[in-house]
Amino acid sequence: MSNNRKVPQPNTSSTADIAFLLLIFFLITTTMATDTGLSLRLPPPVDSDVEQKVEERNTLVVLVSQDNKLMCEKKEIELWELKDIAKEFIENPNNDPKLPKKVLVNIDFFGEVEVTKPHVISLQNDRGTNYSKFIEVQNELIAAYNELRNELSLKTFGKTFAELDEDRQKAVIDYYPLKISEAEPKEYK
Amino acid sequence: MSKFKKSSKSGSQELNASSMSDIIFMLLFFFMTVTSMKEVDFKVKFDLPQATELTKLEKKSLVTYIYIGPPTARNRARMGSETRIQLNDKYAEIADIQDYIAQEKGSMKEEDQPYMTVSLKIDKDTKMGIVNDVKQALRKAYALKISYAASKRQNEQLR
Repeated sequence: MSNNRKVPQPNTSSTADIAFLLLIFFLITTTMATDTGLSLRLPPPVDSDVEQKVEERNTLVVLVSQDNKLMCEKKEIELWELKDIAKEFIENPNNDPKLPKKVLVNIDFFGEVEVTKPHVISLQNDRGTNYSKFIEVQNELIAAYNELRNELSLKTFGKTFAELDEDRQKAVIDYYPLKISEAEPKEYK
Repeated sequence: MSKFKKSSKSGSQELNASSMSDIIFMLLFFFMTVTSMKEVDFKVKFDLPQATELTKLEKKSLVTYIYIGPPTARNRARMGSETRIQLNDKYAEIADIQDYIAQEKGSMKEEDQPYMTVSLKIDKDTKMGIVNDVKQALRKAYALKISYAASKRQNEQLR
């Protein structure tokens, strides 16, 4: 007698509206931007009494003074000069005895090569240095490394550094390891 | 003729909207998964410096933030305009950083701990003195992977 009675269906026409509302909420609150920055590693803590001895030819002292002037090896320079100075220092193309010593190391894909492994760029600043100036200098130094890595990748593999696979990237990084030491601040009078 | 009559009789045909909610839900889930809410209330103001050699911080779960800058206008009356450090939701001192890092490290999975990155969001007019103090504190806390947050510089202004 009730064989034609239907099971009542809930009215679903509003689900789309509800979902729309939620969608718009998430659309507005979404921030797609990822965090970007200059990445680097700090050295592990050491006892302050123990001074690490580095040969003079192996260090490039870059100093940003209190009034935001840039000094490189005791000479005042402009910011745009720094990248080329750093590149020449890291690469030491002509085996200059004043530039970092080259040592023979074994790197995958390259075999036995001579690289300036013991080099250190010492970035020093004063307590009164402006942070934005410091970042500009830091940026130039990292740019020097990135350019050298890129040039090496193009020469050896015919591709830019970003296009290489992980193993080859690692080999190129071993060839030009990032060695920027941010020394503890000193008081310059 | 009768063939066509049938369809024209019902007038304007309604669209089948039953799949619409599914499509909207799909979009909704996409946005829900990619959304990251603003982590904290900023109590300090920071204009990030600009740079060109940027790397992206991939995994949000591995990143810890430290904010440094002058207090925002709302808090200035109470806190003054001296550069301050903000950890999580409150102002902090240099001495608090080590505990903060240890606590953040503890809340991470053990296999992730060596990959922990500290993102330093520092106002560009800050003096290096406070930055150096923070850096020394991070070294002591063995949070050695750091990233100076910066935004992309569009045009090459040098030279």
